[in-house]
Amino acid sequence: MSVKIKHYPGEEVETKDFREGKVLFESFRPKAKYAWSAGIAISRFLEELKNGRIIATTCSKCGRIMVPPRIYCEKCFKPTDGWTYVKDTGVINTFSVSFIAADASRLKEPIVVAIINLDGASEGMGIVHRIEEYGDWREIKIGMRVKAVWKPPEERTGAITDIKYFKLVKE
Amino acid sequence: MSEVAIVGVGCVGFRPITPELSYKELMFEAAVKAYEDAGGINPREDVDVFVTCAEDYLEGFSIFDEFVPDQLGAALRHLLTVSGDGMLGLATAYMLIKTGYFDTVVVEAHSKASDILTYMDIVQFGLDPIFNRPLGGHPYYIAGLEMNRYLHETGTTEEQCAEVVVKNKKNAVLNPHAAYGANITLNQVMCSERLFHPLKKLEISTPADGCIVLVLASEKVAEKLTDKPVWVKGVGWCTETPSLETRDWTRAVYTRLAAEMAYKEAKISNPWRDIDFAEIHDVFAYKELQHMEALKLCDYGTAGKLTEDGLTALDGELPVNPSGGLLGMGYGLEASGLQKVLEVVLQLRGEAGARQVEDAQVGLAHTWRGIPTATGAVAVLSNVK
Ligand SMILES: [Zn+2]
Repeated sequence: MSVKIKHYPGEEVETKDFREGKVLFESFRPKAKYAWSAGIAISRFLEELKNGRIIATTCSKCGRIMVPPRIYCEKCFKPTDGWTYVKDTGVINTFSVSFIAADASRLKEPIVVAIINLDGASEGMGIVHRIEEYGDWREIKIGMRVKAVWKPPEERTGAITDIKYFKLVKE
Repeated sequence: MSEVAIVGVGCVGFRPITPELSYKELMFEAAVKAYEDAGGINPREDVDVFVTCAEDYLEGFSIFDEFVPDQLGAALRHLLTVSGDGMLGLATAYMLIKTGYFDTVVVEAHSKASDILTYMDIVQFGLDPIFNRPLGGHPYYIAGLEMNRYLHETGTTEEQCAEVVVKNKKNAVLNPHAAYGANITLNQVMCSERLFHPLKKLEISTPADGCIVLVLASEKVAEKLTDKPVWVKGVGWCTETPSLETRDWTRAVYTRLAAEMAYKEAKISNPWRDIDFAEIHDVFAYKELQHMEALKLCDYGTAGKLTEDGLTALDGELPVNPSGGLLGMGYGLEASGLQKVLEVVLQLRGEAGARQVEDAQVGLAHTWRGIPTATGAVAVLSNVK
């Protein structure tokens, strides 16, 4: 607010004026529900997570091992040629530490999300997941090695959260 | 300015459901077919611009367009999205090529209607939140309102509307891309449940899944890629006010103005005479009749009679919706426009099989964005340059 203007002309409006219906408005909550078909590639990927494994697809033309898997190589624009497992270990490509939640409230424990290049996958391919068991977040560094911590088999549902998180591993 | 041709088409579907494929896989399959059809082009090198058409609320993603490049061969290429019907994407591609800066443009539109669990709520969400949404009800009552006024003004009968369903579903039996072909009787349509008076259940298209990809090219590229280019002679589009309170409830003015724009460019002075067959948006049976009149294919209020007399049948003087229309193919949401274009292309190439219209040289494709919109688009296509 400008220092020169002490009071703007007009009516001041407070939250309670909305609540008491002095200010008119319309609210509406959309009912938007979807169930996306996972399809060929993602169905197999989720199925394998349930088995405690991470699966990739391969392209014979560019030689890439691609995860998350897809049925086409977007680089060569051709169908992929096969399936192969990659490891549940890898390297932190980049990470960020969130101190607030989506509603801007302060988190008791920060959330660390990382892009993880998985061992066995082609350069720059892997998974996005959370990092936990790290002690002080200041100790996390790009290039550190990590390993998946899986849910017990009976708790897995075929979801990305079948991996609870990745933890740092000492080299 | 260069002429513009459609040199490749690819279609997957249409089917009531496609649980075996993700939307990405559906698009990949259609794209592969279209590139093969366009003389085996490599999208990684041979396509200048990709245009995808999608509406976020129908996909369940905000900024859905960011999810499309990989499966089209468009990663790290030049891509843009039209948030609307596929025919608006065709119009965009056409203009891009007309600028002279681009030679090959791909257009994609799809429907994964079976992924949407609350489709009618999404349609409802398209209504004005202050004036209309609070009244509740199924949003298709808007079609009932329009049909009622249209019948009242024109004297078109309910039976004439029902004839559209019989004709289109019959044509669809001959179309492998159609999900809902059937041989039904007028009586069956008339006796189907009255859902939104005067609109009856069998007069309403059922959504279907599918994807269509087109490859468009400038004259010099088109003639290298294919022996059967289909030339885009004119395109047009138009939007009427969204206000239900004040819009024209009888005449589909948005379609008339879109048609006038396309006809002017295509030098069509007498549509009934100059156009050999038409693919017209028929998500509700009466819309085919109303749109026929707005497209100036016949006089106002006469489409019902012409249909009843069989003039728009497959062997009639002006076949309308030889594909089976949306009533027969299934309603492909934002892909509707390309469903129409696909059929016109196949017909003009002489590849429409058992539903081939004889000696077809000029075909019209028309679309509407459905309830509650008043946006239409028209393309005039020909196999003669
Ligand atoms: Zn490749």
